Amino acid sequence: MDNNELNLPGYEIPDDMKNTVAITSLDRLYNWGRRSSVWPLMFGLACCAIEMIAAQASRYDLARFGMEVMRPTPRQADLMIVSGTVTKKMVPAIVRLYNQMPEPKYVMAMGACASSGGPFKEGYNVVAGIDKFLPVDIYVPGCPPTPQALMNGLIMLQKKIDKESISKVRWYRKGADTVEVPVPILGPDLIDVRRIPDIKSKVAELSNPPAQREA
Amino acid sequence: MTTPASVSTVDLAARFPGIVSADSRPGYSGWIINADKLIEVATAIRDEFGYDLLSSVTGVDYPADGKMEVVYHAFKTTGGSIFVFKVQMPRDDPVVSSLVPVWKGAELQEREAWDLLGIKFTNHPDLRRILMWEGFEGHPLRKDWKEPFYEEELKPFKSRWPDGKHTIAEAKNPFRDNVQFPVGFDPEKYTFEDPEQALYTSLRKYQSEDKDGIKTDHILVNMGPQHPSTHGVFRAVVMLDGEDIVSLKPVMGYLHRNHEKIGERNTFLQNMPYTDRLDYFNSMSNNFGYALAVEKLMGIQVAERADYIRVIMAELTRIQNHLIWAGMMLNDLGAMYTPALYAFEERELILDIFEATAGSRMMCNYFRFGGVARDMTEDALRKTRELVHDRLPGKVDEMDRLLTDNEVLVSRLKGMGYLSAEDAINTSMTGPMLRASGVPYDIRRADPYSVYDRFEFDVVSRPEGDMYARYLVRIEEMRQSLKILEQALKQIPAGPILSGKPQYQVKIQPGEAYGRVEAPKGELGYYIVSNGKPNPYRYHVRAPSFINLTSLEMLCVGEKIADFVAILGAVDIVLGELDR
Ligand code: SF4
Repeated sequence: MDNNELNLPGYEIPDDMKNTVAITSLDRLYNWGRRSSVWPLMFGLACCAIEMIAAQASRYDLARFGMEVMRPTPRQADLMIVSGTVTKKMVPAIVRLYNQMPEPKYVMAMGACASSGGPFKEGYNVVAGIDKFLPVDIYVPGCPPTPQALMNGLIMLQKKIDKESISKVRWYRKGADTVEVPVPILGPDLIDVRRIPDIKSKVAELSNPPAQREA
Repeated sequence: MTTPASVSTVDLAARFPGIVSADSRPGYSGWIINADKLIEVATAIRDEFGYDLLSSVTGVDYPADGKMEVVYHAFKTTGGSIFVFKVQMPRDDPVVSSLVPVWKGAELQEREAWDLLGIKFTNHPDLRRILMWEGFEGHPLRKDWKEPFYEEELKPFKSRWPDGKHTIAEAKNPFRDNVQFPVGFDPEKYTFEDPEQALYTSLRKYQSEDKDGIKTDHILVNMGPQHPSTHGVFRAVVMLDGEDIVSLKPVMGYLHRNHEKIGERNTFLQNMPYTDRLDYFNSMSNNFGYALAVEKLMGIQVAERADYIRVIMAELTRIQNHLIWAGMMLNDLGAMYTPALYAFEERELILDIFEATAGSRMMCNYFRFGGVARDMTEDALRKTRELVHDRLPGKVDEMDRLLTDNEVLVSRLKGMGYLSAEDAINTSMTGPMLRASGVPYDIRRADPYSVYDRFEFDVVSRPEGDMYARYLVRIEEMRQSLKILEQALKQIPAGPILSGKPQYQVKIQPGEAYGRVEAPKGELGYYIVSNGKPNPYRYHVRAPSFINLTSLEMLCVGEKIADFVAILGAVDIVLGELDR
């Protein structure tokens, strides 16, 4: 990281102090630290995970972006790369993992499946995109995205972090935004806890179609 | 050297008059056994006729006839072609006795048939749902079961892209999501029985007892579905006595992507890219098995050049798989990353060839019925030759040199996770797992397909049956693959790469077929039933990763929990194929 990126423009620093002194804003310093050390959760779901591994391996070497420290525990991770098909059976575990990650935290939907269900969208055990449950920051298209595409997504995330401000980010504010995502329940089908009233009225309506009620 | 694929001469009907009859439906083969005599006949098939390995068990739903059918495929580990037998039951009460007492390998597969088709197997030791969760509504592979995003029976759907517009699937579902609930369901009052309870009670409990005045008790450990060592979203529930494993159950379905249901709506060709996503390390081998099965049904030949290209691709895939396996195995043993990085370097070079030829690194979607999609260019062939002659042999030797005599590796692998030949056969192991238990069974030799009968190569097997043997088998197999590649690259003829003309919709006669290949992980089989429509009526994948786990408990009991990670790694599973 060179000083120019960290320094605020417009401040004259004497030449002999250029390498030791920086004048900057707290936001800039904070974002610089965050974006240069994003630790992804070591968490692979399906085929896309293999490309994620390939991105870390010999040819593509993710370490160049400060993102190679994959943590298997959510407690130490700040980026969840959802790399593959999200199934109904798995989604309670994914939501739990997300809830366990400390803030600030980011979610990346890697590939068609995580973004929308992809080729398996019509499947009965498939959740059509992780954004049905978690707030997604970056979508990376592809089936699977190539390692280059994944890196592009990560660089986009860095750019997004650069624009953040401590006073505005959602995790330092009080209010609904920081509340945990409720863990869905596996019933006769997947039950999204936030939508229970909705489901209830719809089931009642379907069990009792208007035509029947009149009769 | 090669054993010719012997025509099955077994006359089961003569041996069991009145109990067994030949399957005479046009396009079908094999024998239909009276459901109540299944055990008796199956025992005879195993002991008298010598079909000692039960490869695949699956069900087919025939609502038009009011029948449910279970289809079994078995083979002899001494070679020869596959043997088919079936039982039929009334659809409204499909009950048949479990084959677990005869072949333990039926265990997981019967659970799958129960889960997806609702076939009850009496005397099954642990009949629970396997891919879906306990409490899920319905049996999805039944023909009258419809998924929430159901549009039509068969693709292509008429609604796709009418007047250049499309509606998202959510808009058509009353819940605006991929869900459906039974009539009268009340989510507020819903109290679910703990779905894990049945699972936990199925484990053999270590009894607490008073030993020398000290109270001991079992510990239950859940590993996964999110665990760095389970190669994806696999879960194992382990019962421990201190550090020793006393009982273990694999739990799966966390990546169940409904491959078969989607496959039965797709047209035959539409399934090809889906097979890529089964074992996503080895899309070429997956394509291979599927193409073979459909070609059998169509009764067509494969263009000769295409056959060679297929072999080249399949063998490159095998090398790449085994290299990654070795790297990951070392990861599991704690040598984090370095060996895996060596493996990935070579894998990238092989993927370059795939990308140059098929257009994609991983999801190749390369095979077509009767041939392959694109020709291998001279440039790609040259690159392959360079790899096969100049680079890979040295790299395999390097792996060998770095790892094989490594003190840590040897002491962690030798003598661990033992599986006898008898148990391996009984639990339907295939591939390197079977060969490492001293059974030299390789489909490329035992029941040759494509042009494998033209190549000289050895079937690698080791008698030890431990993890070290599994490691050695795979290292040696890479050398044999290189040997095959050398010959294939020398012999590859010029000519067309497709036997017919390219077509989107293929004509297929009613009937059934089972195509199988020696995939890097074991026998990859496709069972396909056609009813003459452009879509498969039944489409089943016999996945080696899945069935090889039947023996997991056997391998682990008595070992330490720390070794479980390595034992699982040595089986070589991929979740896409395991859960499908
Ligand atoms: S997007 Fe494609 S490659 Fe990625 S998980 Fe889904 S099917 Fe696999």
